[in-house]
Amino acid sequence: MSGHISPKSTYITIFGALMVCTILTVIAAFINLGDLNFPVAITIAVFKATLVVLFFMHVKYGSKLTKLIVGVAFFFLGIMLSLTMADYLSRGWYTSARGSTSAGSIVNVTGPLTTGAQALEPAAQNTSPK
Amino acid sequence: METTVVESPVNYINHKHTVASWLLTYDHKRIGILYLIVVSTAFFLGGIFAALIRLELTTPAGDLLSADVYNRMFTMHGVTMVFFVLVPAVPAVLGNFAMPLMIGAKDVAFPKLNLMSWYIFTIGFLFTVTSMILGGVDTGWTFYTPYSSQGSESNVLITGIGVFITGFSSILTGLNFMVTIHRMRAPGMTWFRLPLFIWALYATSLVMVLGTPVIAITLLMLVFERGLHLGIFDPRLGGDPVLFQHLFWFYSHPAVYIMILPPMGVISEVIACFSRKNVFGYSFVAFSSLAIAVFGFLVWAHHLFVAGISPYSALIFSFLSFAVAIPSAVKTFNWTATLYKGAIWWKTPMMFVFGFLGLFLIGGLTGLFLASLGLDIHLTDTYFVVAHFHYIMVGGAIMGYFAGLHFWWPKMTGRMYNDTMGKMAALLIFVGFNLTFGPQFILGYLGMPRRYHVYPPEFQVLNVLSSAGASILAVGYVLPLFYFLYSLKFGEKAGANPWKATGLEWTTQSPPLAENFPATPIVTEGAYAYSKREMKVA
Amino acid sequence: MPNGTIAAHEEHHGHHHPALQHHFQDLDQQHEAATLGMWLFLVTEVMFFGGLILAYTLYRIWYPTAWALGSEELNIYLGGFNTIVLIGSSLTMALAVRSAQTGAQRATVGWLLFTIALGLTFLVVKFFEYKEKFELHHVPGPNFQFEGPQSPHVQIFFSLYFALTGVHALHMIIGVGLMSTLTFMAYRKRFTPEWYTPVELGGLYWHFVDIVWIFLFPLLYLVDRSHHII
Repeated sequence: MSGHISPKSTYITIFGALMVCTILTVIAAFINLGDLNFPVAITIAVFKATLVVLFFMHVKYGSKLTKLIVGVAFFFLGIMLSLTMADYLSRGWYTSARGSTSAGSIVNVTGPLTTGAQALEPAAQNTSPK
Repeated sequence: METTVVESPVNYINHKHTVASWLLTYDHKRIGILYLIVVSTAFFLGGIFAALIRLELTTPAGDLLSADVYNRMFTMHGVTMVFFVLVPAVPAVLGNFAMPLMIGAKDVAFPKLNLMSWYIFTIGFLFTVTSMILGGVDTGWTFYTPYSSQGSESNVLITGIGVFITGFSSILTGLNFMVTIHRMRAPGMTWFRLPLFIWALYATSLVMVLGTPVIAITLLMLVFERGLHLGIFDPRLGGDPVLFQHLFWFYSHPAVYIMILPPMGVISEVIACFSRKNVFGYSFVAFSSLAIAVFGFLVWAHHLFVAGISPYSALIFSFLSFAVAIPSAVKTFNWTATLYKGAIWWKTPMMFVFGFLGLFLIGGLTGLFLASLGLDIHLTDTYFVVAHFHYIMVGGAIMGYFAGLHFWWPKMTGRMYNDTMGKMAALLIFVGFNLTFGPQFILGYLGMPRRYHVYPPEFQVLNVLSSAGASILAVGYVLPLFYFLYSLKFGEKAGANPWKATGLEWTTQSPPLAENFPATPIVTEGAYAYSKREMKVA
Repeated sequence: MPNGTIAAHEEHHGHHHPALQHHFQDLDQQHEAATLGMWLFLVTEVMFFGGLILAYTLYRIWYPTAWALGSEELNIYLGGFNTIVLIGSSLTMALAVRSAQTGAQRATVGWLLFTIALGLTFLVVKFFEYKEKFELHHVPGPNFQFEGPQSPHVQIFFSLYFALTGVHALHMIIGVGLMSTLTFMAYRKRFTPEWYTPVELGGLYWHFVDIVWIFLFPLLYLVDRSHHII
């Protein structure tokens, strides 16, 4: 049966790259990049995942169907995340004269709590990151 | 020229007789029959809940069932029908039986996984039945938080776990079907020579594989919250109950396409055979199945229009919900065009097809009413919605399932059922169905809310009509039980191809051999080469 | 007459590989089917974890302070160590597959055992992390305790922490079980360059579980280590 056999050196190199990226992501986490910290961390993670998919999982040498399947999986994950967040992130953009039906902010809860949770103070606004 | 099919007295049913040979079978045909048994059981169980609901609703007062018990009735009716009838019926019963035959394969790609799917399905069903015996669940089949996670004192955990388990059956079946269709088609069976039922099953499998894991993790999160006190949807911690709705409907909307796509595939098969014609616009119908599968993932928040989502997001989902109707319309037009200048053969399967065409049309169009934001504010959570989805699910999907059962019964069992009785059942179902759910459109429009066991007296006439219709519907559904079972012993022998249909499954004996074909078939023509055949049939 | 001639088209192989299942025509078809099946299963896993990622995304945007506070409580050394261990186990797994491909039977067993050892190391470290969380009352529920007004939101953070790492750990445990089965099969010389499909499929699964952790590590442990939020 056919299957691409990568040389050991390929695997070692990829492993090395993954180690470097791991160290990089930890270092970057300790540097104050403000709002960029999160995108940088995700970018490095995506790069690491790509290396694993392409080389350890042999997708680079695989069929078009395999590549399509990997693409489709992340595409639909993307749909789920983006369309849901499109709702949450656009809450509060429009309020009619008679008020809004959107759950735009966290409300204060009074009354008995049964899970042991403490009552909230008016917490941070949710729709836009600080 | 006719090829005589060599018939062996040995077939997949009689070659082994023990119970173990059925319960440990790897044969996709036997597994299809096993599913038929559990799905039929679930159908009658769900029907009993429906009967109790309609009985209660014959009077405006809550005199038969208390509010709490009524809540459990409609919940268990929904859970049973959605997860244990509508999702598996056509794919797991008819798909399992017919698909490998139709592509010329010996079995599905992973026969052991197929058997495991059935066991997982049955175990999940038993969990749910256990929950019923213990008093059921009262949250609605939609399990909305925070009632399901915090407030309800009913058996949410057991039912949630039962549905979670059954989801894996769906995932594995979808996976199995996709690999089978990709890799195990007979020589010459190119993608565009595939019967449209196979395209439909493929599209359905896509949805099963992509969508079901999301309900699995959602139910798991619910179980975590209720059982382990993890707080993910808890508003007292700052959690958002609407997040549950997003996650729930991300699967449950595509799920309705799992429920309707395979029956649509059945319609294509039956309409071609009983019009003696190729399906009009084959590639349009094939691609529309894929389009429905993909678009179906983009519309879920139309179930959240009044839940507090942003108006901009509602706008997007409303637009997409209109768009998703288009591929369904393409199919409906193509089926109608198939009938034109066809030679209609009035047999039971075709009766169910006609029923489907009319009822699916109404169900689909009323969906557009609900997709329209302004109208939805008025109609949401009323009987209009109930009528809409029953027209599609029962008038569409179950009709399609029955069309398929009546079409492939001779192949599955080697016997013909009484066609007059079949037509009678189809008629009773059609009349009973419209009487049950037609009035509900009006009730909803007039403002009767769903999931209420009491209503204002002015709604009684319509409710009584609906309940009367339900009793006719019930007779229509019970009738096949009798003539199908009767046919097993006393039915006329069917022979390989009683409907003179195209399709590889009709080129082998009825019931088929355990290994399906005596020799691997080679395909040289498209799926519906009816014009080359005799137009006159018995 | 139906679809073309039905010819007696049986292929007869002189030699029937013991691993060939009867409903497949040849080992190639069987291997392609098996690989496709495993990839589709991994698609379902992406969507499965995806639901939790959606919840995480929403609440991180809503409660950045609580996320920073909760993340701070996680032990970055143990998390980092586990990341290295798991990536290392992906390397050993890839080498195990390679050994099976080249027929190096003893090396296959060795690399599989190494992979198991690294997997178990990960789980042991996870156990100690959970133990610490339990002792600090960071486990959500009636016994949850956290200083300050962010406490309810931090409870959501920890709910997602336990849900994500718990589901991941469950997949690791299953993975270790799978690897053990493969090790036993390799020890019994079941794999040859002609047929090593189970090892390949096991590898795909293992790498996927590694990829999940590659995301979980920064998402959970590295939220605000530079203190730009708190």
